[in-house]
Amino acid sequence: MKYIPTIGIECHVQLATKTKLFSEVDNDARNKEPNSCVSPVDYALPGMLPRLNGEAIKFAILAGKAMNCEINASSRFDRKHYFYPDSPKGYQITQFYHPIIGAGYVELPSGTKIRIEHAHLEGDAGKLTHFDTYSLVDLNRVDTPLIEIVSMPDIHSAKDAHDYCKELWRLMTFAGVSYGDLYNGNMRFDVNVSLAPEGSTELGTRAEIKNLNSFRSVERAAEYEIVRQSKLLDAGEKIIQETRGWSDDTGKTTGQRSKEEAKDYRYMPEPDLPPVNLSADFIQEVAEKLPLMPADYRRKFGDSLKTEILEILLDYPELIRKLSEVDEKYVVTVSNLFTSVLLAEEKSAEYLNDLPTAKQLNDLAKMNEKKELSSTATKEVFLHLFDPQMRRRDTEVIAKELGLIQENDLGALETIVDAVLAKPETQEAQADFRAGEEKVIGFLVGQVMKESHGKANPSAVQEILRKKLA
Amino acid sequence: MKIANRKVTAERLVRDALEKARHFADYNIFTFLNEEGAIKKAREIDARIAKGEKVGRLAGVPYALKDNFLSTEGQTTAAAHILEGFVSPVTATAVEKLEREGAIMIGRTNMDAFAHGSSTESSYYGPTLNAHDRERVAGGSSGGSAVAVALDIVEFATGTDTGGSIRQPASFNGVYGLKPTYGTISRYGVVAMASSTDCIGFFTKTPDDMNLLMEIANGQDPKDLTTLPDYYDESEAKKIKKIGIIKDFDNTSVDSEIRNALVSKVELARSKGYEVVEIEMPALKYALAAYYIIVPAEVASNLSRYDGVRYGFRAKDTKDLDALYKNTRGEGFMPENKRRIMVGNFVLSSGFYDAYFLKAAKARTLIVKEYEKAFEKCDVLLSPVTPNPAFKLGEKTNDPVAMYLEDAMTVPLNLAGVPGLTIPAGKTKDGVALGLQLIGPRRSDKSLIEFSKELV
Repeated sequence: MKYIPTIGIECHVQLATKTKLFSEVDNDARNKEPNSCVSPVDYALPGMLPRLNGEAIKFAILAGKAMNCEINASSRFDRKHYFYPDSPKGYQITQFYHPIIGAGYVELPSGTKIRIEHAHLEGDAGKLTHFDTYSLVDLNRVDTPLIEIVSMPDIHSAKDAHDYCKELWRLMTFAGVSYGDLYNGNMRFDVNVSLAPEGSTELGTRAEIKNLNSFRSVERAAEYEIVRQSKLLDAGEKIIQETRGWSDDTGKTTGQRSKEEAKDYRYMPEPDLPPVNLSADFIQEVAEKLPLMPADYRRKFGDSLKTEILEILLDYPELIRKLSEVDEKYVVTVSNLFTSVLLAEEKSAEYLNDLPTAKQLNDLAKMNEKKELSSTATKEVFLHLFDPQMRRRDTEVIAKELGLIQENDLGALETIVDAVLAKPETQEAQADFRAGEEKVIGFLVGQVMKESHGKANPSAVQEILRKKLA
Repeated sequence: MKIANRKVTAERLVRDALEKARHFADYNIFTFLNEEGAIKKAREIDARIAKGEKVGRLAGVPYALKDNFLSTEGQTTAAAHILEGFVSPVTATAVEKLEREGAIMIGRTNMDAFAHGSSTESSYYGPTLNAHDRERVAGGSSGGSAVAVALDIVEFATGTDTGGSIRQPASFNGVYGLKPTYGTISRYGVVAMASSTDCIGFFTKTPDDMNLLMEIANGQDPKDLTTLPDYYDESEAKKIKKIGIIKDFDNTSVDSEIRNALVSKVELARSKGYEVVEIEMPALKYALAAYYIIVPAEVASNLSRYDGVRYGFRAKDTKDLDALYKNTRGEGFMPENKRRIMVGNFVLSSGFYDAYFLKAAKARTLIVKEYEKAFEKCDVLLSPVTPNPAFKLGEKTNDPVAMYLEDAMTVPLNLAGVPGLTIPAGKTKDGVALGLQLIGPRRSDKSLIEFSKELV
């Protein structure tokens, strides 16, 4: 039978605020000693009360606007109770029931719109590392602000699941609310998959795959689930509603033998935090700071750039932003330099942090256009725009210093050509060419290039040669 | 309370207080005596006075700190086994403010563990005895603090009032006890009982002392987002003209000697020209039930952090995480703590939330409105604090509901967030101290304190 998969995704995004959601402790725990970014509030000493980080509220507004979402003027925190050493308070403070971010949508590169149900602000949990006979607790991550983005069941393929997650990542990094470092768990995905027979109006029983941390895993796990569930359904078996784990190594999901007791989180209004009431003016003031989003760039460059190039550039906010500063007529040249030269460099990640100025790039493209630089020379000068010794100089200065400017002066070129044609060692080749041996032209051009110390424009040289030897 | 320019030194005052504390040791008032720390601080203050330096408004004044206030001096245990050995690295905002003015903590006072109780009998360290009758309870949960002031060991003591824990022991021991308007004094650094009703307040011997302490301790605190914008220092004591008597409370369920004490204060007020009106407040009858749903829910939540993982007591020889939690909490909490945790988790559990917690929250709204209506008809309410005077030790320990009923007249204020001041009102014929409470609208704390002088 043919089945229609339906995929819902919950995405946790760690917000890159300076301090934690409820305390004034450093929120960036990357490369820090365990339990070094923990205040008495995060540690849940007796008598400690949460304070609300205003920056997290602003980031939530930006994240919401990036997803075309309503921002709720009033939102509120609840306590969600559970006992585990990753939760020092014994509860998580969450806006699950009264979220700051309301309904909206994310548009995939294909144009498909995935609706957002809501997104809520909450504190992250700590991290446990298990050993044979003991476990270690690291509370650095406790109450790092998270937004949990809940999608509507609008995703129907593993590919769209991948694209949705990737687009979320782009939106969050473009909006500047998350470092977007998947390796360090800045974004994590819970993917639930269900199948329904084609034509059915009801959704099937779903299995949830928790804690995926790459787009590729999301796609593979969803793909695997679709196949697994199809086979079960074809065999007349039932799908169990369960949480399944994904292994990148085996490429399989497996049922997790969790205690199947129904969890009761005993939600309760958080009495230590007043409701978050935002004025329309405040929301607007924050929202106005939202930079251009991928959809804006698609509109801007959709006509001039190939889709593949554009989509690569959209993975690097710095590149697409820089490209926006470049003269419209040079966008193609510069985008090619970005995608085929810069991103191929070993140090490209480092380079992204300090890109050449728009003027340097415009000049470079212009010199290329005027054939003052060959395509090889253009790439070389481009890379030198990142050279610590040269980077601050004008493109032309760098090109000259490298001796890469092509000789386009026909008079000067003719003099060199004449000199080369007068040399005894070229006489045989000249005779051969006149006799119709086309390929020796290459040898002659090479001789001229040598004579010009590589500065001659080879196509101009060839033209002159052909004229002279005609 | 100022000692600057006085003939007595801070050290003398502190040594006297410590001496009295030791003298009354069998009352079991203190969980910790700050002998070295207090004398050291007193000497520093004396040295500063000798040098002519400016000292605070409470310079050298010995005080007692309820054991649920965090400070770096001594263990903070909230009289609970599960916090045994916990020395706080931080200090409560209220304590900081007192100490900045030079007050000297001579000891931490006994209480019902985690402030759950009305008699201080639910302390891990055993009960505190009543200041005037050693066979009777001190009241609670701030029993130790009330007795420390009543026995004149200290000039004042701190307390917390979640459902009457300041006003009731003040009444049982014949001292002044104020539960301020919710949010007047920061809760930061005070072991939480029920966040939405917990109030920090004081026990004193005079209304003026109470006013001074309020001036010092009040104020918005960025560390406690539920604190109100500063109002106390700016608020003028409103001239009180009309006194309300709550009709429902003046009934036969109230002990006759307490009713007599109320009547005599009413007559005193009338003789001074105050108008007295009877007020009906029918919604108050829901208060106790609502309180014993909302408060246990918050209690269960706030006590979740005591799990033996990070600080305090941890059960020995547990084989896995589950056992670590169960044994630590099983051994570390008192029976009353467990009762409230169970009730709280029950009323929050799925399927029961709407029937209990949500309904109680609605009743709470009615009670808030009931007070608003009452204060359209009068400026202040005069009411008993409890239906009965201090009861005998052990009399109600096996009957939790009888114990809860003692809170019927104190808990409505906590649900509404309005202030209540216990004033001494004589003694029974057996010599048991009596008190009455003045209740005002939110932010009328100063008016209540001022007005209480009229009823002496």
